[in-house]
Amino acid sequence: MTDQTDARLIPSFVEQSARQRVEGMLDPGSMRELLSPFDRMTSPWLEQQGVVPQFDDGVVVAKGTLNAHPVVVAAIEGSFQGGSLGEVAGAKIAGILELALEACQLGTPTAAILVLESGGVRLQEANLGLAAIAEIQSAIVALRQHQPVIGLITGPVGCFGGMSITAGLCSYLLMTREGRLGLNGPLVIEQEAGVGEYDSRDRPFIWSLTGGEQRYATGLVDAFMGQSLSQVRAAVLDCLQQGVPEQFRSDTIEASLATLGQVDTEHQIDATRARAILTQEQPS
Amino acid sequence: MDTLLFLRPARAVPLNRTLVGYVGSGDLEVMIDRTDGHQAEIHIRTSTQGSEARWQQLIERMEVDHPLPAMRMDIHDFAATPGVIRLRIEQALELALDNRGNTHD
Repeated sequence: MTDQTDARLIPSFVEQSARQRVEGMLDPGSMRELLSPFDRMTSPWLEQQGVVPQFDDGVVVAKGTLNAHPVVVAAIEGSFQGGSLGEVAGAKIAGILELALEACQLGTPTAAILVLESGGVRLQEANLGLAAIAEIQSAIVALRQHQPVIGLITGPVGCFGGMSITAGLCSYLLMTREGRLGLNGPLVIEQEAGVGEYDSRDRPFIWSLTGGEQRYATGLVDAFMGQSLSQVRAAVLDCLQQGVPEQFRSDTIEASLATLGQVDTEHQIDATRARAILTQEQPS
Repeated sequence: MDTLLFLRPARAVPLNRTLVGYVGSGDLEVMIDRTDGHQAEIHIRTSTQGSEARWQQLIERMEVDHPLPAMRMDIHDFAATPGVIRLRIEQALELALDNRGNTHD
């Protein structure tokens, strides 16, 4: 018997596989996975390049209900190819979002939950991955007019590249302390800017700039949540109840650009200064 | 990447469709599906080249402890060690042969 009151025994959402995350999120018995692994829809491109494929191509998509509200869920498996998106994986996410949009137009309000755990475009399928991410983004922009599109970044991989732009389009974006959000991953920045500017092995430094706590403090995400399944589920339900927001984060792009335009790039930036710049407050 | 196929004589028994593991570093996914035939078809894609003899031995040693059911087994291996491979295959067989049923039906 497990003791539900002992925090050490409660499974962390961060440690779960994509399929376990979807199962846990939805009401018991309501999950209907589309294009399941048994449909064997693998990437046609990885094998040609000598890379072992995965039966679900690293993405789990399902329909179901969350507290009786119809939802679709797409979860990326960060362990497979760094959660990168190619033709099949990307089409699965775009397709499930388009299904939700169709359901909304036919009179069944259906929200979407995206568990983003991705390094971005899968380099072995570069152009097809880019096209798929563009399809995901236009599907989010269409669906968010009807129902909330809720993005979760819980870690351990984080959300980078084209999928970080996708995250910015969501109606609501939620993060845990373990999650990271950034356009370029730490190694890429180190290669471009030099180790003196950005040391990708300095984990406290990396998390202080791109981790969930910092992203929440700088207003780039809507909620900072705990790591257990019940905490994640409660945070998602909260967004679901708030409905379609009056203004989307991506509508305020002019103000964000103006803020960035004022940044003094002469001096090395740190977490405190980044926070001050993005919240327009003076550092203490 | 190597693609291997092993065909072994097997007994026909009721099976649950099963999937365990994932294609991450040092791990593998094992999928078991039903088949009409009377043999165990084991389809392997592995990132470890030149490992055919090792897989052959692993399957032969498994058969000593567990008579294989008639099935189609697919393995996607991403450089897992023999110990991990054996555990994953046993995990998949246990779920596939569990007569209390399985969620993947």
